[in-house]
Amino acid sequence: MSTQLQRSEQETDESPQEQRLERKSLTEGEREAQRTEEESTGDETPRAHLKVFRYDPEVEAKREPRFDDFHVPAPQGTTVLDALMYARDEFDSTLTFRHSCRQAVCGSDALFINGSQRLGCQTQIQDLDQRPVRVEPLPHQEVEKDLVVDMEHFYDQMEAVEPYFQGETPDEEEQLQSRENREKVKMSTRCIWCGACQSSCNIAAGDNEYLGPAAINKAYRFAMDEREDDDIKQHRMNILEQEHGVWRCQTQFSCTEVCPKDIPLTEHIQEMKREAVKDNLKFW
Amino acid sequence: MHEHDVIVVGAGGAGLRAAVAANEEGADVALVSKLHPVRSHTGAAEGGINAVLRDGDSFESHAEDTMKGSDYLGDAPAIETLCHQSPKETVQLEHWGMAFSRDDDGRMSQRPFGGLSFPRTTYAGAETGHHLLHTMYEQVVKRGITVYDEWYVSRLAVTDHAEPEDRECHGVVAYDVQTGEVDAFKARNGVILATGGPGQVYDHTTNAVANTGDGPAMAYRAGVPLEDMEFIQFHPTTLPSTGVLITEGVRGEGGILYNAEGERFMFEGGYAKNVGELASRDVVARAELTEINAGRGFEDDYVHLDMRHLGEERITDRLENIIHLSEDFEGVNPLEDPMRVKPGQHYAMGGIEVSENGETCINGLYAAGECACVSVHGSNRLGGNALPELIVFGARAGRHAAGKEMETAEIETGPSASIGSGDVDTPVSPGAIDTSEDGVAADGGRAGDDPATDGGAVVGMDETVERALDEEQARIEHLLEKDDGVQHADIRSKLQESMTENVNVFRNEEGLKQALRDIREAREAYQDVYVNDPSRTFNTDLQHTIETRNLIDLAEAITLSALARTEFRGAHWREEHQDRDDENWIKHTMLAWNEGSPDLYYAPVILDGEDKSYEPKERHY
Repeated sequence: MSTQLQRSEQETDESPQEQRLERKSLTEGEREAQRTEEESTGDETPRAHLKVFRYDPEVEAKREPRFDDFHVPAPQGTTVLDALMYARDEFDSTLTFRHSCRQAVCGSDALFINGSQRLGCQTQIQDLDQRPVRVEPLPHQEVEKDLVVDMEHFYDQMEAVEPYFQGETPDEEEQLQSRENREKVKMSTRCIWCGACQSSCNIAAGDNEYLGPAAINKAYRFAMDEREDDDIKQHRMNILEQEHGVWRCQTQFSCTEVCPKDIPLTEHIQEMKREAVKDNLKFW
Repeated sequence: MHEHDVIVVGAGGAGLRAAVAANEEGADVALVSKLHPVRSHTGAAEGGINAVLRDGDSFESHAEDTMKGSDYLGDAPAIETLCHQSPKETVQLEHWGMAFSRDDDGRMSQRPFGGLSFPRTTYAGAETGHHLLHTMYEQVVKRGITVYDEWYVSRLAVTDHAEPEDRECHGVVAYDVQTGEVDAFKARNGVILATGGPGQVYDHTTNAVANTGDGPAMAYRAGVPLEDMEFIQFHPTTLPSTGVLITEGVRGEGGILYNAEGERFMFEGGYAKNVGELASRDVVARAELTEINAGRGFEDDYVHLDMRHLGEERITDRLENIIHLSEDFEGVNPLEDPMRVKPGQHYAMGGIEVSENGETCINGLYAAGECACVSVHGSNRLGGNALPELIVFGARAGRHAAGKEMETAEIETGPSASIGSGDVDTPVSPGAIDTSEDGVAADGGRAGDDPATDGGAVVGMDETVERALDEEQARIEHLLEKDDGVQHADIRSKLQESMTENVNVFRNEEGLKQALRDIREAREAYQDVYVNDPSRTFNTDLQHTIETRNLIDLAEAITLSALARTEFRGAHWREEHQDRDDENWIKHTMLAWNEGSPDLYYAPVILDGEDKSYEPKERHY
């Protein structure tokens, strides 16, 4: 720590944290200038114009939500995630978003891109009609910072359906499962927990307790698996038939439309509704 | 301060399996991961799990294939453990509900894979890792195991004893990515590192952005040797634009590699006259690059992998995920056109030196999965052997850390297992740079991060954890308070480019030395690194800055080990040394952190197993 810095700390009433925030936000103007300069001296590579949502409750300059413009090189094949990474690494290291595998399997980078829930890594910029490309955090979720939303509620809903196999298992031998049954649950097992469906669902937006498409799909994955017994299936149906369960779905298909893994979510929810009807018929 | 019996760092396949095993032994276990568990890179594994499940197959055959694939650098006790326990662990996954592909009789399907003498790769479509990861996480949820997700572990709490073998690990320090809070996690029994591979050392890699080798780098600086770091696996079939993996299952199912002249070069070029595309990965990767370098590639960059003749039905049944990957990430529909592929960094055979029980030479510190080197893969891993490694050795580490009585390991760890020291002629002096006067390194850690450098004073549990917490808080404050300097992204991208250029499939002395110079430059630049983002909330700038330090240390370990090994073995090809040299080189390369100046020494390869002794033979495929 330099002595100069220590001296300036003594001269003001601001806490070290506040001073640091102030110092670093001062350089924001310079970075802006640098950004513009780099943008204007581009080569022949096609560039994409991104409008990216910015917000950080801790930094004064970002406390008021805004959109930042980034012009990044976008040769054929560039994805929205590639463009965001370029913008972060070359222009503004404070730009914050989740990402990891870059191949549509970790589910970290579900974003609201040009008004639709998509994975950043799976979305080619050249496939998007609307320019500039608008990148926002998933709607209906609390924004923590920039493009990062709080996923805790989503995880809680997933866990509410007891998302684990509850079959009786023999000691050593594998259980058998027919190809047909595996085929039946196959699509439901592809869920990567990205949260795109939940974010696109009007009902989930208005009813915080609604289990939502991802969690119901997870329940479907087990309820339809022939390796689980009937009494477990009954238990699963009881969870799904509760007030904020399957009956809340209004078959708007928005979850199915945005699912990056093409899971027929609405169909799975409908199937669980039919199972629920069959279930209740027994008692009428 | 949090306190548990066992702390597992990393929540991919190995970490989750370790946590479940420790829980089953009655331990209070917690997972600490910088990602939410389902985001872990295990989810990207495609091919399958090698397990002996059928009549006609045998443990001995799996072990022999693995030893041959390793080019006789695997340790027999580890390989035999893998082969014996993989069937039980694989069936265990099935019992936990994993959605394996099925044969007509309802049993789990198996398929051929490179280097295997029996089709024993058990799979779930071309997304086996995704199913394994989610199945394991489901078990963690079922058991109510504590998960600290989005907590980044950045320091181990290790005592100050002079000899690494006398040290003890009492916990870790991590910060909550969402709030920036730095806190300590005390481990009453032990810490298990399961942090995955270091693929981000390279720029063309199948690995996730999160794969920065945090575990190996922390263990190395705490005194655990890194083993066989020179052996980096380059997967033969990755998409040229992004490095996205195209599973070996495509070749297993009958996919064919062609060069730009339309030749099926694996056979016609004589690279693998018997099995062609199903040779082991090192062989296929070299064949492809040889073709490309000879001008027989497409656009001097890639070759074709064609699976159209398999028919849409079979492709959709067994490899559907590949259709999506090739379409989404390369714009090629593999039902209509051949896929473009080239080799890309995929897997680190080397890592934290451990025994078959997951123990390192530091008491209470364990490692499992790709971050560890047990060693089952030797100098070349067979496809389908990584997932069984995760579950077999993850479970063993979990049980041992939870206090279960285990048989004494046959693989010895630590510097006392040395069978001779090595020397290597480097163009620059490698290691940590200490430019400060007070012994505090520029990134806020102690110079060298070596626990023994503080005078051997800190040996108690609480004291050790508290000191680690103080130091990590100081390091993070330092990084955040520094106003100007170099940003991690600049350092990282130059490092990745140099490693991809110089420490790739084909290696020579000049290139390796150039890489060491570039690594030195990165290390010097890192002295002036600063974090631009002042926020405590989700500060990825800070996290990536700390990760970059880990990448520098691992890049150096890989390159130094590669420079020292003057022979051609497995994935390690040297231009100046075109023969496998069994007389001098059937030994593990070990690198120990000596206050930032790596000590190079060697440890024995164990070719005598319980079942049989393995005699090195020429590899023919």
